[in-house]
Amino acid sequence: MPESAGVPLIEMRGISKAYQTGGVPLWALRQVDFEVPRGDFVAIMGASGSGKSTLMNLLGCLDRPTSGRYRLAGRDVYRTDSNGLATIRNRYIGFVFHTLNLLARTSAVENVELPLVYAGVRARTRHQLAVEALQRVGLGARLQHHPSQLSGGQQQRVAIARALVMRPPLLLADEPTGNLDSRTSLEVMALFQELGRQGVTVVLVTHEPDIAAFARRIVVMRDGAIRSDLPNVSKDAAAMQAEGQLVEPR
Amino acid sequence: MSFNQTLLIAIRALLLNKLRSFLTGLGIIIGVAAVVAMVAVGEGAKDQMKSVFSSLGTNLLILLPGASSAGGMRGGFGTQPTITWSDLDAIRQQVPTARYVAAVLRTGAQVVGDQENWGTTVYGTSPDYFGIRDWKTTLGALFVDSDVRSGTKVADIGQTVSDQLFGPGANPIGKTIRIRNIPFTVIGLLAPKGQSPMGQDYDDCVYVPQTSFAEKIQGGLRQFVSGITEVSADSSQDTAKCEGQIEALLRERHHLRSGQADDFSIRNLTEMENASQQGMQTLSLLLSSIAAVSLLVGGIGIMNIMLVSVTERTREIGLRMAIGAKPLHIMAQFLVEAVTLSVIGGLIGIGLGSTIAWRLAATFGWHVSLRPDVMAVAMVFAAIVGVAFGLYPARKASRLNPIEALRYE
Repeated sequence: MPESAGVPLIEMRGISKAYQTGGVPLWALRQVDFEVPRGDFVAIMGASGSGKSTLMNLLGCLDRPTSGRYRLAGRDVYRTDSNGLATIRNRYIGFVFHTLNLLARTSAVENVELPLVYAGVRARTRHQLAVEALQRVGLGARLQHHPSQLSGGQQQRVAIARALVMRPPLLLADEPTGNLDSRTSLEVMALFQELGRQGVTVVLVTHEPDIAAFARRIVVMRDGAIRSDLPNVSKDAAAMQAEGQLVEPR
Repeated sequence: MSFNQTLLIAIRALLLNKLRSFLTGLGIIIGVAAVVAMVAVGEGAKDQMKSVFSSLGTNLLILLPGASSAGGMRGGFGTQPTITWSDLDAIRQQVPTARYVAAVLRTGAQVVGDQENWGTTVYGTSPDYFGIRDWKTTLGALFVDSDVRSGTKVADIGQTVSDQLFGPGANPIGKTIRIRNIPFTVIGLLAPKGQSPMGQDYDDCVYVPQTSFAEKIQGGLRQFVSGITEVSADSSQDTAKCEGQIEALLRERHHLRSGQADDFSIRNLTEMENASQQGMQTLSLLLSSIAAVSLLVGGIGIMNIMLVSVTERTREIGLRMAIGAKPLHIMAQFLVEAVTLSVIGGLIGIGLGSTIAWRLAATFGWHVSLRPDVMAVAMVFAAIVGVAFGLYPARKASRLNPIEALRYE
């Protein structure tokens, strides 16, 4: 896989997506062009029905567009079959969902191990990598806890550890703070910011301006198209404000 | 992703719903247990029947003289002596498939020992007879061909006779018994054979050489054999051939023209044995169809619960797909879960079935015979049921759209 520095991590050209509803095509995305360079921290905003979730699903290789091209890290995504897409999701993308998608009655470390299981990593290495990922999100002391024994913020951090464990170049977060209270939300967002500083490319979807404020770049969508795509000028101020309120993650 | 990993996931999923997994597996458990228990009982009965037939003698043909007919009264088989001693020699020499040929002369007689006396059956025969019955002695020896040729007064006695004449556990070898006042020396104590299915005691008997029998005990019929003749063929396949050869030989020796009826008859016990085995086979077939039905019902139960499980875990499936599970991984996960359920059900069924068979044996004194091959077949069928009925739910799971699966509430 060519990883020349000049190529953006995400390169979408003329992406359209139509859903068939009663024979009439409903266009969720219309000719969207979207690029994300490596190391960027992008927030995608928009009202419900603006097409941001559809864009997210396409970015995450969970779906195929009606037309258009998508290169992820220089690789033409839609040339491969569903197995190929599964491999791309496994190696290049880490997902964080808005619902707390952890396996119940399964320990934190085993939840984090899951992507490694599908990558065919051996058990000992798997455990080691999972522990490291949990330490990275500040949960090194709660390896054997089950989701029900963890707070919402801690559960979301387990999910982030799971997204990070394969060390993917891209982290996709769909309303990552949707089910969290505002204080825990800040905690989780600070973590994303920290990861962004460490070089992970983060794309998150949110409808909350407070959350989007943590990003370096804010994309606003409406009616299946990108309406604005601007650097976040208030970023530093917001970050400082957030960090001032933070309790350091344990 | 290794098979062990998949198996581990499946076992964990099953353990999360222990009661449900158990109830789902119950169909398979009952099916397999029923098969194992019923086959064990059926095989036990079959073994018992086999041992009955083998104590009668293996591959046995019984040759009977003809029927007498005087003044319109027909006497039945064996009433008209037609078979001669030289016929028997001819069979021995000219029928290659006849391994043993032994005349069996018999009479009821009072036998007198040291102090006691006992009414029993006395047989006159040749050493071939012991070959037919596969009969050995526990003490002493069997009489041999030279005893028959010279007509020595020796006897091999059964356990019952020995117990009655000399007391239980006594060693009768070398003792003298008097049969119709003629002294015979006991040279062998026959190994106990127990009872026939009709309740006849096989051990209540005295065997003497046929020549001594004819000379000293019962007059005999000179050149004719005054009793039945038992012939043992080389193998059970050979019995029919042997029967045909003997018939042809005797017809020729008795100068019977074609169209004329035989003046003797031959009974083939192997055919009776085969008939009884066929009955058993019908029973086995019945048992296997019951097994097939219960496994089918068990399989439907598994399919039902797997479909519920796929629906319940739609979100989990979506998640697994999002983090890189291929459709094949998802399919394998659910398939292995179904097969694990059915195989564990099968194992429990084997345990349960063996226990039931064992309890039946202990309670009712039945002969049971646990058959490892039947257990293996039952296990294979249980696994096949798991695959067959797990395939559809597993396929359904693997074809879920990850986005819809993730959104499923």
